[in-house]
Amino acid sequence: MKFRRIGLSAAVLVSASALVLTGCASGSSGDKASSGDTSAVITANGSEPQNPLVPTNTNETGGGKILEALFAGLEYYEADGSPKNDMAESITTDDSQTFTIKVAKGHKFTNGEDVNADSFINAWKFGALASNAQLNSYFFEDIEGFSYDEDTELTGLNKVDDYTFTVKLSQPRSDFPLRLGYSAFYPLPAAAFDKDGKVVDGFGENPIGNGPYKFDGKDAWQHNVKIDLAPNEDYDGPRKPKNGGLSLVFYATLDAAYADLLSGGLDVLDAIPDANYATFEDDLGDRAVNQAAAIFQSFTIPSDTTNYSHPEAFAHFQGEEGQLRRQALSMAIDRDQITKVIFEGTRTPASDFTSPTIDGYSDSLKGADVLKYNPDEAKKLWAQADAISPWSGSFTIAYNADGGHQGWVDAVCNSIKNTLGIDAAGNPYPTFAEARALITKNDAGKREVQSAFRTGWQADYPGLFNFLGPIYATNASSNDGDYSSPEFDKLLDEGAAEPDIDKANELFQQAQEVLLKDLPAIPLWYSNVTGGYGESVDNVKFDWKSVPIYYEITKNS
Amino acid sequence: MAFYILRRLLQAIPVLLGTTFLIYFMVFAMPGDPILALFGERTPSPALLARIREQYHFDQPFIVQYLSYVGNIFRGDFGISFSGQPVNTILARAFPVTLKLALMAIIIEIVVALSVGLISGLRKGGIFDATSLVVSLLLVSVPIFVLCFIGQFFFGVKLGWFPATVGADTSIPRLILPAIILALFVVAFSIRLTRSSVVETATADFVRTAYSKGLSRRRVVPVHILRNSLIPVTTQFGADFGILIVGATVTEGIFNVPGVGNTLFQAIIRGERPTVVSFVTVMVLLYLIVNILVDLLYAVLDPRIRYVK
Repeated sequence: MKFRRIGLSAAVLVSASALVLTGCASGSSGDKASSGDTSAVITANGSEPQNPLVPTNTNETGGGKILEALFAGLEYYEADGSPKNDMAESITTDDSQTFTIKVAKGHKFTNGEDVNADSFINAWKFGALASNAQLNSYFFEDIEGFSYDEDTELTGLNKVDDYTFTVKLSQPRSDFPLRLGYSAFYPLPAAAFDKDGKVVDGFGENPIGNGPYKFDGKDAWQHNVKIDLAPNEDYDGPRKPKNGGLSLVFYATLDAAYADLLSGGLDVLDAIPDANYATFEDDLGDRAVNQAAAIFQSFTIPSDTTNYSHPEAFAHFQGEEGQLRRQALSMAIDRDQITKVIFEGTRTPASDFTSPTIDGYSDSLKGADVLKYNPDEAKKLWAQADAISPWSGSFTIAYNADGGHQGWVDAVCNSIKNTLGIDAAGNPYPTFAEARALITKNDAGKREVQSAFRTGWQADYPGLFNFLGPIYATNASSNDGDYSSPEFDKLLDEGAAEPDIDKANELFQQAQEVLLKDLPAIPLWYSNVTGGYGESVDNVKFDWKSVPIYYEITKNS
Repeated sequence: MAFYILRRLLQAIPVLLGTTFLIYFMVFAMPGDPILALFGERTPSPALLARIREQYHFDQPFIVQYLSYVGNIFRGDFGISFSGQPVNTILARAFPVTLKLALMAIIIEIVVALSVGLISGLRKGGIFDATSLVVSLLLVSVPIFVLCFIGQFFFGVKLGWFPATVGADTSIPRLILPAIILALFVVAFSIRLTRSSVVETATADFVRTAYSKGLSRRRVVPVHILRNSLIPVTTQFGADFGILIVGATVTEGIFNVPGVGNTLFQAIIRGERPTVVSFVTVMVLLYLIVNILVDLLYAVLDPRIRYVK
């Protein structure tokens, strides 16, 4: 998951109102495109990468969008999330477990090296090795031989010839090719490694890539200030830049970036500051962007409290009583009103556990009614639960106060309070780091949090599985509510092994219907990507993961 | 004189040690786990988490971390940020920008405060005096971020007289708007101070003597009144310079100036101990130096003061 920080706040602060506006982004641009100036540099907002620019160690959007420009993986995603070959010639499999990957010949790194099978194998082995402690190592966890705990040989990777290699997974995962567009799977040149197969110090300061852009000279990266990228003439893939370069200016606050956009100092802005939600569409007219993004927001009430330090805090959320209360809470939230009033239409009320931008999404799952505001039914269910064991105390939602969440948490709690007549309130923690430390298991294997807590997910790759597997599968890494359902696990596994994408999506939808009954997390809404661009640029489109497609942007003056 | 300066510099050492310890402790005691936060909502495997903690020495007890940090500082090494850059280079990049901004602001402040304060003081009770009182009260009561947003919106976005933000190019013309706003933030108090100081000096015996000696107003005002009024005001300018360096955080954020405040703010959010502590240490150092300079200035302004011991 790539996440945002600072102005965009810890993770998932982005935005919301899907459906309608997808086409708007590219709106008036078509006719002017031909007159575009292909030598002009586009300026866009960015943020200082949190880590050196090594693909397997970059998991936040600031560094992510730079890597995407500097490198080309086997696959890339089109605006709608459909995968297309970039460096790959073909990716084939018979059993969804062993994949044969052919790398297209003739691609080069900026230092002249060929992009071949070794470029991928070496990069992936480095990323997966436990002692290298790479932030993105979990992307390799399905490859045979992977271990988090000790250094092991990634036996699933085998070179066939210079341009062909095979990947064997420890279990069938039919969406594996779909994942290969993610930046963790980018290749690295031999020059990146020392004799022990480690990425050399300083590589991430001035990376040698194979993507549509390269560093514009030696001082391209002015830390904490900006990064200048020039088109890479050697790149011969489908993402050829239509502009003369890209200058990503780093902003500490989005407000500053927004002022720059309005004054013409910035061409493209990929997130609107909260304070301007109400006005940005008037300020920018048809140059405003407000479209669905692959970001899902929810709050979680733990299902199994064995690993919690304070199980008594969740006593009323166990068994049948717990299920009734979860459903009642969900139906007590007026999502339509909150997305309209608090978020000014920059969120879309949720109707499942994924996102409308993902292939296979459905807004009409069986049981999705539980996500509709229904005060009468909510009261009825709450009363039924009270009959089992009367409610006492107050209901609270823990959240990080540095992420702009207070508005909606208060609104959700008010909605619950007014509908169910119980005491409900937000429970803020000052920072994201503090909130996460309470939710994540401590050294003793316990979670300290004592209330429901805010959760969210931004997709790594455009597949339903990515929204379900890592969060709700038994013992999954980000299963913070410790949810476990054999029925869900079975459907998920079947879906993951199913080679036919439509059939797989059907199974994932069935798996979601199980979640809609149990509500391990209570879905709230999908964030939109909100953004905008200046009069001087055309062909600005935001892709499924909320990032502008920089290489297609043209300057019109 | 040299001895005096040396003594003042030696006094600065315990102050510096004390501040680094306090700041380091406070950052250390900040709740939450910055390493965990690196992963966003995704929970990393415990083994991976332990390895990264080890990389940044987060697994060691406070005193070990602190001592190794201070030991490195004496070798001129301020540590490494999460992004793998030496904090030394980050410092070297951010401080000149902030110094430039603060210096511009202080010059604007001095010019405005002295001229407005002098005129008000000499024409006590006049229209100019009354107007300057009202305007400075107004400035004191408006929080700086409001000034910043208003300035940015009108002069940057609407009128386009200045760039809305500063960004990579920190040349003097681009810094003028934030410098003016920073100066406005501190100028009100120094106007009042200059005025009252001038009022007081203007009625002093030596001024009357000067006039009765037959000296012209043109001679008395700058040499006798202004110079003698400057002593309390100079202290104020010194203190303001410190405030401007430290207080530029808000302004730098709003105008995207790649200076100390901006960098420090991001480092605090990330929980990057070496960066936070090093920045604060250098800030304290600067504050101390400015104060020494101000003390030395007294001797220039007031011949009665001599630093002998």
